[in-house]
Amino acid sequence: MEALIHASPFTGYVYPNETIVPWTVLIVVYPYLTGLVAGAFTISSLYQVFGFTQLRPVAHFALLISLCCMITVPLPLLLHLGHPERAFNAMITPHVTSAFAVFGYAAGFYIILLVLETWFVFRPYIVQQAQKPTGLLRWGYRILSLGSYDVSDKAMRYDQKWLFTLAIIGIPGAHGLHGYVGFVFGSLKSREWWSSDLMPVIFLFSAIISGTALVIILYVLSCKLRKVSVDLSCLKVMAYALWGFMMFTLLIEGVEFLSLVYRGREGVEVIMEFVKGPLIVPFFILQFGVGSVLPLLVITFLIWRGTSGTALIVGITGSAILVLLAVLMMRYNVVIGGQEISKTAKGLVAYHPPIFGREGLLAAGIVLAIPLVLLSVLVRLFPPWEKAAA
Amino acid sequence: MDENERLEPPDKERRDFLSCLGSAIACGAAAVAANSVASQATAATPATAAAAEPGIPGYDWSKHQWGFGVDAEKCIGCLRCVEACKKENNVSLDPNHFRTWVERYVTLQGEDKARIDSQHDPVNIAASPKEGEYRFANRYKDANVEKAFFVPKLCNHCTNPACVQVCPTGATYKTEDGVVVIDHTYCIGCQYCVQACPYGARFFNEEKNVTDKCTWCYHRITKGLQPACVEVCPVGARVFGDRNDKQSPISQFIQNNRVRVLRPETGNAPNVFYVGTDKDVI
Repeated sequence: MEALIHASPFTGYVYPNETIVPWTVLIVVYPYLTGLVAGAFTISSLYQVFGFTQLRPVAHFALLISLCCMITVPLPLLLHLGHPERAFNAMITPHVTSAFAVFGYAAGFYIILLVLETWFVFRPYIVQQAQKPTGLLRWGYRILSLGSYDVSDKAMRYDQKWLFTLAIIGIPGAHGLHGYVGFVFGSLKSREWWSSDLMPVIFLFSAIISGTALVIILYVLSCKLRKVSVDLSCLKVMAYALWGFMMFTLLIEGVEFLSLVYRGREGVEVIMEFVKGPLIVPFFILQFGVGSVLPLLVITFLIWRGTSGTALIVGITGSAILVLLAVLMMRYNVVIGGQEISKTAKGLVAYHPPIFGREGLLAAGIVLAIPLVLLSVLVRLFPPWEKAAA
Repeated sequence: MDENERLEPPDKERRDFLSCLGSAIACGAAAVAANSVASQATAATPATAAAAEPGIPGYDWSKHQWGFGVDAEKCIGCLRCVEACKKENNVSLDPNHFRTWVERYVTLQGEDKARIDSQHDPVNIAASPKEGEYRFANRYKDANVEKAFFVPKLCNHCTNPACVQVCPTGATYKTEDGVVVIDHTYCIGCQYCVQACPYGARFFNEEKNVTDKCTWCYHRITKGLQPACVEVCPVGARVFGDRNDKQSPISQFIQNNRVRVLRPETGNAPNVFYVGTDKDVI
């Protein structure tokens, strides 16, 4: 069995058992993925529930993105567990006081909801494919149709009701799932860096911006691959959403950090040492500067100048890429950063993630790539663009 | 074989859960889970009796309430306790896994804050004879030391343990006699408990892929023996006993001294009582 003895150097005084960081990059990937789920679902719901018709070209695509990310969410957790084969213990005998015990139920519920919603969205297409006289895949579509070939107006209206209901349930579902991830960290009193009531809110809003950014990037990429023009009004609405939610996220993050410093409880010196030292590059330069302020300025400039055409597409997509990286850095700075500040409040652990191994950067990268692979398959089986083309 | 393997998980929690579930059974998925729980509970029923007397003839865990005392005035930092613990409990010998450890607090003249180190500090490791044997390096021999003392640390077996609260499966639990233990056959190895413990008492056992920590040598105390660290301490800095017995060493220790616990503000209500610590002790 592969041993994970990867002791980290430290400064000051840290408890002896703290030199091995318990939660690694896989636990960075886990909230990142759930965030993408919530964000992409938000975009889908803005069309489905709130009637943002400009988002129609991406609504179904965003739903597929959400589904692909959600299917992958349990993977980093399972990879991280010492005994993944016992994972169901948490569902069979959930310990009700544990935030983690909820995960299996919440994730299971949400995957079912997403699958149902996807099925209703693509039912006309499934029925159409199932009725084709030839082709091997039609058998698969016949099974997926569940024997119902009724696509009359009455049936469609009925489906629409289901879609609306599922989307409405999905909004608190997706956001609850991610807010809960924030609670997993924020509720721990042992770590000053995590212990904050604002943590679920910060997680939630950064989730929305990361999901929106991912939809923007993948939409533009898909347009290039399909050689169709990008719907600029759709792109603009997503850019506005990104801008608004980013402003709010930055504000809340600022307030959280300010109150942490202002309260100045025991250990604030070490936190400041951490902020001024190891956090300079990952937080101030990458997360805050390049990942948040720069895209905000770019999008503001684009909106202010009324930029259009290719410049707008490049500007917004570039900003979205930076935002996606910023949120990944935010997850890293929270999850790893929290463990680098010792519980003694008198020392710092310097964690450097290994490249190889079960908990290495490579494994985390592969996990992050899985939703994209899934998506490339799903968009072929259930093309989300047909309505836009029509 | 350590005692974690032998102890059964607490059935009470599961039965509590089951009764809660009874009222919420409307949901189909919950019904499936309830069935699983029911079979789990049934399967564990014969073991419940064993859990009350964890496989030890003549031992009734409802008749004891164990407690631990540390007299930092007496500790000489010899680290025999640390070595004995590693041997007794098969703890990995490297300097990153400890069920118990000793901290050294040294205040130099002109300095306001104590300098703290423990046996895992690279300087101390360099001064230790070999892996699994620990020494405090004489690193302050040329300095003007104003005040210095040692503080042994271990799991506090809290009354409201944060680690137990966050365990998703109930694999870690508090026994009737006041000891927090881990069922190594049920732990999924998520390490949420490692994060939740404010004292850094828990670590990951890479050999078994589960979390691990001090059990007050449950396999010894249930046979009338002392924990290994208490047994080997040459100066009596570690005190252990049954708080139900007013004449036990721990009851006397608490009665005759002004004791404190570590980090009371966490609300965990620790059951390791300290004498002779200072403001810097965390």
